Amino acid sequence: MDIPEEEFLAPGHRACAGCGATIGVRLALKMLGKNTVAVSATGCLEVVTTPYPETAWKIPWIHVAFENSAAVASGVERALRSQGKDDVNVVVFAGDGGTADIGLQSLSGAMERGHNLIYICYDNEAYMNTGVQRSGATPYGASTTTSPHGKESFGEDKPKKNIPMIMAAHGVPYVATASISYPEDFMKKVKKASEIEGPAYIHLHQPCATGWGYDPSKTIELGRLAVETGSWILYEIEDGEFKVTYRPMERKPVNIYLESQKRFKHLADEEKERIQSYVDQVCAELKI
Amino acid sequence: MLKVISANRAIAEGVKLSRPQVVPVYPITPQTSISEYLAQFVADGDLNAEYIRVESEHSAISAAVGASGAGVRTFTATSSQGLALMHEILFVAAGMRTPIVMGNANRALSAPLSIWNDQQDSISQRDTGWMQFFAENAQEALDFVINAYKISENKEVLLPSMVCIDGFILTHTVEPVDIPSQDDVDKFLPAYQPTHAYLDPEEPMSLGTFTDPDYYMEARYAMEVAMQKSKKVIKDTYQEFEEVFGRQYGMIENYQCDDAEIILVAMGSICGTIKAVVDILRKKGEKVGLLKVIAYRPFPQEEIYDVVKNAQRIAVLDKNISFGIGGVLFNEIKAKMEVDASGFILGLGGRDVSPDDIVNIVKQTRNPTDTDKINWIGLKEEE
Repeated sequence: MDIPEEEFLAPGHRACAGCGATIGVRLALKMLGKNTVAVSATGCLEVVTTPYPETAWKIPWIHVAFENSAAVASGVERALRSQGKDDVNVVVFAGDGGTADIGLQSLSGAMERGHNLIYICYDNEAYMNTGVQRSGATPYGASTTTSPHGKESFGEDKPKKNIPMIMAAHGVPYVATASISYPEDFMKKVKKASEIEGPAYIHLHQPCATGWGYDPSKTIELGRLAVETGSWILYEIEDGEFKVTYRPMERKPVNIYLESQKRFKHLADEEKERIQSYVDQVCAELKI
Repeated sequence: MLKVISANRAIAEGVKLSRPQVVPVYPITPQTSISEYLAQFVADGDLNAEYIRVESEHSAISAAVGASGAGVRTFTATSSQGLALMHEILFVAAGMRTPIVMGNANRALSAPLSIWNDQQDSISQRDTGWMQFFAENAQEALDFVINAYKISENKEVLLPSMVCIDGFILTHTVEPVDIPSQDDVDKFLPAYQPTHAYLDPEEPMSLGTFTDPDYYMEARYAMEVAMQKSKKVIKDTYQEFEEVFGRQYGMIENYQCDDAEIILVAMGSICGTIKAVVDILRKKGEKVGLLKVIAYRPFPQEEIYDVVKNAQRIAVLDKNISFGIGGVLFNEIKAKMEVDASGFILGLGGRDVSPDDIVNIVKQTRNPTDTDKINWIGLKEEE
């Protein structure tokens, strides 16, 4: 795969060491190029990339609030169209909280209206900007500051909300999951999303060293483990057709993934087995 | 061209003449027909705009900020609960200096739920950094929209504007309105050319960034400076408007105040009723006048004081209440100038205000029993 060298997110931003979100943005922008406007929801990415008077963005970028990035993007897209700038990509980068929770209404509205935009949810599975509180995208068993483990609790007691499938239910032309640890797969999906007329949704799994509790040098490794264990599945839904885009040669036990992160360290065998059997069930359906 | 139309229609006509390129709107009583008229204009090809059928008022104003940030003229409209839902983004729109124009059909806020008129909704947004213009009738509604664009887009100002029309009393009442020609409006309000930051891949900029304590206060101070500068811009714009269209406006209107002993101060449609009462009382020899506040933000304190300073007493009429202290306009006037004033709360949630009520207000103001008392007009006696 031919990967452009040019970077559109400058180094020197304030992200934590090993940040997965900024890796995702860099990869996406390599595919989208200079002729792109980015919209961010409030969150880690917005804060670390734009400490006034500095900015890491080499393309035009706008942030308005937390819950409305899809609505802002709707306005941007129509304003560009009204000026005859139909060729400009409009891409949203919003976290899992800004997507699955507080931003779900505006996202649903934008998807249903059919705006020509790419919405990329960078999913680190909790509210990391405010210090690791659970979101709708927090997985079962994870300990966060608002779903802590304790004598009466094993952590988050609900499974991760399935946002990509909710997006697919909107009937949009392109929905995909991706991982920053599979850059070619992700970038191909971004490229495809940019070529499709209408809304595209990409749910990008990205490990967070600070929130998940692992050594910052292991971000890519953690992302791979999520996929190799079947905890995160890479697929795309193009015009309603579902396709798994990556199948591990041999699926690893979920324990390897869980035990490498502080957020799952407390789990008893019983919960780990429950997670394994859930993963087995999903993978069996998809023949992974 | 004279047409008999409602203020909602007048707003829509004013918008059409102003040629916005992006119009995100969400229906809410009694604003709804504004969004319907605009949808029809677009459907008929009479308005060349992107009409976005957003899923909420929050998204309406968010899309408007996005569109304005991308460098085009935008319009949205709402009312009451919808304006309250926009609250968070109203601050952002002003702080990002987006010259959006919005129509607001003034309606009471819940609870209890009411679709009827008062001005609590827009008054409650007074600190967001938006300019607010209150129309007395449909003609003003149309004219204020066109003027609002010119004022908001002035590079000395760059703050958004709200044109407020009383729900039902204006929004659903038809009256003759002179609709200006497109040619005249195009000359008065040329196509929007953003001169400040906007989204353009040829010249990338970051809009809506994060600030630390080293920069925030200066950004807010710049808004205060802009709000103060807007006063001259408003006057100059109205002057230019008068030269082209022949109708004269100011931040306030002085109706029979020059020799008045008692001056009533009010905003919006109630001013029509007050003018009629002033005429009647003047025929009886009572020296009464009306000071109509058109621009609520920026607050025209010098203009108000110039008119009321020679009156014996003034009455301030508020269709809003700040619980525990009284009407907001009353308290702002009291805070800013030495005047003998009585405060009246009236018309909340659509309670009718009759000419007799106005006559009683004049009487109560002339002979106040307790000047600190907040007087509620038209309140039912306890049964």
